Amino acid sequence: MKAWNKIKSWPLLLPIIALILVMTVNIIHDAATGVNPMSFFAISLRETTTNGTILYGRIIDIINRGSEVAILAIGMTLVVSASAGTDISVGSVMSLCASFMCMNLAGYGVSSTTTLAKPLVVGLLAAVLMGVVCGAFNGTLVAHLSIQPMVATLILYSAARAIGLLLCNDLIVYVRNPSFAFIGAFLGPIPTPIFITAFCIIIVSIVLKKTALGMYIQSVGINAKASRIAGLNSKLLIFLAYTLCGAFAAIAGIVASSRITSADSNNIGLYLEMDAILSVALGGNSLGGGKFNLAGSIIGAYTIQAITTTLYALGVSSIQAPVYKAIIVIIIVVIEAPPFKAYIRKFAASRAAAKGVKA
Amino acid sequence: MEENVVLTARGISMTFPGVKALDNVDFTLRKGEIHALMGENGAGKSTLIKCLTGINDFEEGEIRIDGIDGPVRNHSTRDAQNKGISTVYQEVNLCPNLSVAENLFIGREPLTKLHTIDRKSYNKRSMKIMDDLGISVDVTQNLENYSLAIQQMVAIARAVDMDCKVLILDEPTSSLDDEEVEKLFNLMRRLKEKGVGIIFVTHFLEQVYAVCDRITVLRNGKYVGEYPIAELPRVKLVAAMMGKDLDDLAEIKKEEKDYSKEPMEIAAKGLSHAGTIKPFDLNIHKGEVVGIGGLLGSGRSELARCIYGADKAQTGSLDVDGKQVKINQPIDAMNKGMGMLPDDRKAEGIIADLSVRENIILALQAKRGMFKQLSRAQQEEIADRYIDLINIKTSSKDTLVKQLSGGNQQKVILARWLATDPDFLILDEPTRGIDVGTKSEIQKLIVKLASEGKSVLFISSEIEEMLRTCSRMVIMRDGQKVGEIDHDLSQEGVMKAIAGGES
Repeated sequence: MKAWNKIKSWPLLLPIIALILVMTVNIIHDAATGVNPMSFFAISLRETTTNGTILYGRIIDIINRGSEVAILAIGMTLVVSASAGTDISVGSVMSLCASFMCMNLAGYGVSSTTTLAKPLVVGLLAAVLMGVVCGAFNGTLVAHLSIQPMVATLILYSAARAIGLLLCNDLIVYVRNPSFAFIGAFLGPIPTPIFITAFCIIIVSIVLKKTALGMYIQSVGINAKASRIAGLNSKLLIFLAYTLCGAFAAIAGIVASSRITSADSNNIGLYLEMDAILSVALGGNSLGGGKFNLAGSIIGAYTIQAITTTLYALGVSSIQAPVYKAIIVIIIVVIEAPPFKAYIRKFAASRAAAKGVKA
Repeated sequence: MEENVVLTARGISMTFPGVKALDNVDFTLRKGEIHALMGENGAGKSTLIKCLTGINDFEEGEIRIDGIDGPVRNHSTRDAQNKGISTVYQEVNLCPNLSVAENLFIGREPLTKLHTIDRKSYNKRSMKIMDDLGISVDVTQNLENYSLAIQQMVAIARAVDMDCKVLILDEPTSSLDDEEVEKLFNLMRRLKEKGVGIIFVTHFLEQVYAVCDRITVLRNGKYVGEYPIAELPRVKLVAAMMGKDLDDLAEIKKEEKDYSKEPMEIAAKGLSHAGTIKPFDLNIHKGEVVGIGGLLGSGRSELARCIYGADKAQTGSLDVDGKQVKINQPIDAMNKGMGMLPDDRKAEGIIADLSVRENIILALQAKRGMFKQLSRAQQEEIADRYIDLINIKTSSKDTLVKQLSGGNQQKVILARWLATDPDFLILDEPTRGIDVGTKSEIQKLIVKLASEGKSVLFISSEIEEMLRTCSRMVIMRDGQKVGEIDHDLSQEGVMKAIAGGES
């Protein structure tokens, strides 16, 4: 009973239930259509002409495709916690960083290349630098000028893609170089983005575990005034959260760009800011700031990807998919809403009381 | 229902995680009486009130209201208001970014025929309400432009205007000065004549005896008894609240000592912050407790904030421990050995959603810097030590601080600063809204800190409290330091100095 109570109060319970729910839909569908019900989890090896032997399966696909949202969700979690606002520019910043990187790798004005104009590392660092600059810009507006986060990040939300296009001379720049393509391809049999995401998560987890950053950010998010009196530099911490968010957007941009070996300004990271925000919410984090749970956000990110992949597997067209996605999201968000939880708790309590009377 | 009774609560019980907050509590309120609800911090006063007003959902018992058949269960404050129960809470729960008038009518705005909000009429009505209460404010200004005291008055005005049968005042006077308190009392007496039943929660014993007719005492969530005021003199009341005889406050008295020979801890010269405090000089020696006397809004808190860097000093210089320092923000002051417990506990003190442990170690961690994290074991050791040392009542160190009662939250913030081992501690209204027992504990603690060679700047609305602990007092008037009293500290002398003038 005690163990059960412990499980019930575990913050990751609902995000995980949500994920399991999505998987269950897959299994039922597979069973109903006469396919092996466990095919959702099946992982097999396949020969490909381009990448050699690779792992193949729906799970692998979800974890691979969910990389960008998962990386964005890390930064978004920090921003939401520290400033009780969201950074809606991350999708556009991804695109800008990708464009800036490809401009460096291909050379300005070049639309397609197979050889790199500068070392790959320079391109990657340029992208991250651009992300940091964008994040710092957002952070300055929010922390130092006290502009509402939604409005502050709206600027880059609308401008960043256009700046990216300018950098690429209005072209879609293709960088068809194997060393660059590797980032979005495979390391051995496993997709490289999975490693990149894991790396990001591990680094951030270590920082949160080994330093007081997590408590600082939460404290500022709950009560910035009180945190300042207690000796925290509230403005700096909010600034830092946005800057980190920008850096993670850059990493997500690198991955997305490498997958298609190009900087497609208009499509990279499109609508991903909404998925990132949703990941944070699905992870059981309050968008009102304060306490956060990074693991929840990450699970939230993969849940969203699982929904998308599931819908495609069910044969829903990509045009209709958002409708079903919305329905599923509503259900999950309602389950996680505190009033609903309170209602369930009350219901359970009255049931238990009724049982007690009978006994 | 009995004749003349407006509200009865019988056998109310309610549990919070790990704590039985109310255990079979009874309460009876009659028409036209002012009924004090007394008890120490955590005795269940606020919880009982929240049960009456529908914020808390009690598990057992029933509430009946005059004119309504059968037991009543409120599900929201609005629900309670519709049944005639209005409340003003300890902390102001209004919207700072709305105007005074909007705050008065929020949720019940007067409408025009087209069902749009009738702004003209509600500004006019707001003005009338405030005039009737003798509060001079511009009702179209945002509430945040006014002091905490005025905000409190607006909250009361709002409740009063709702034609209530039962008016609950939860610590309404803790941020009002004497004159404002008297105004409130007059108002309470007027309402009493009109037949309103008033539940009055306060920690000021003298106020209970000034206005109340009857007292109900709670202790540790249990009902102790209901007494007509004449049958329960002060000493008995305190004994009933604490369950033991009063730890005599008069015992606390600093030994007389000349501090002028001691080395200087703080030497401020010409510090000021535009709009809040005019340039002032202030010297504090090691081991000295200096009090700041003055009316609310006289610049007491602002003087302290200016030294601490909460409001950055724009002119002047500050020496700490004989060395000139530059303080741009609180962390600079902390690194020089300062600490400050701010007067607004809710807005500037507690981090509500963090645990007691995290709240206690926060300042120490901030001082160490982000990269030198205290290990979990160290954090727990520190939290345990201070929970024990200053007797914080919490079900565990990982309880969220917002679940604690007001007085215990205050102790948590005090613990936060003690954990940083400051040389100079600013305490701004540390005893506001705190019960007698805890007050005496805090006063003893101040004297103890001073005996260890630490300096304390102590701000309080209760002069007796400062007379007991301080060796010197600074007098503030209208944002200016107008003088110091360093010998023959007496209530009368300090009052005269605060009031100013020749009399």
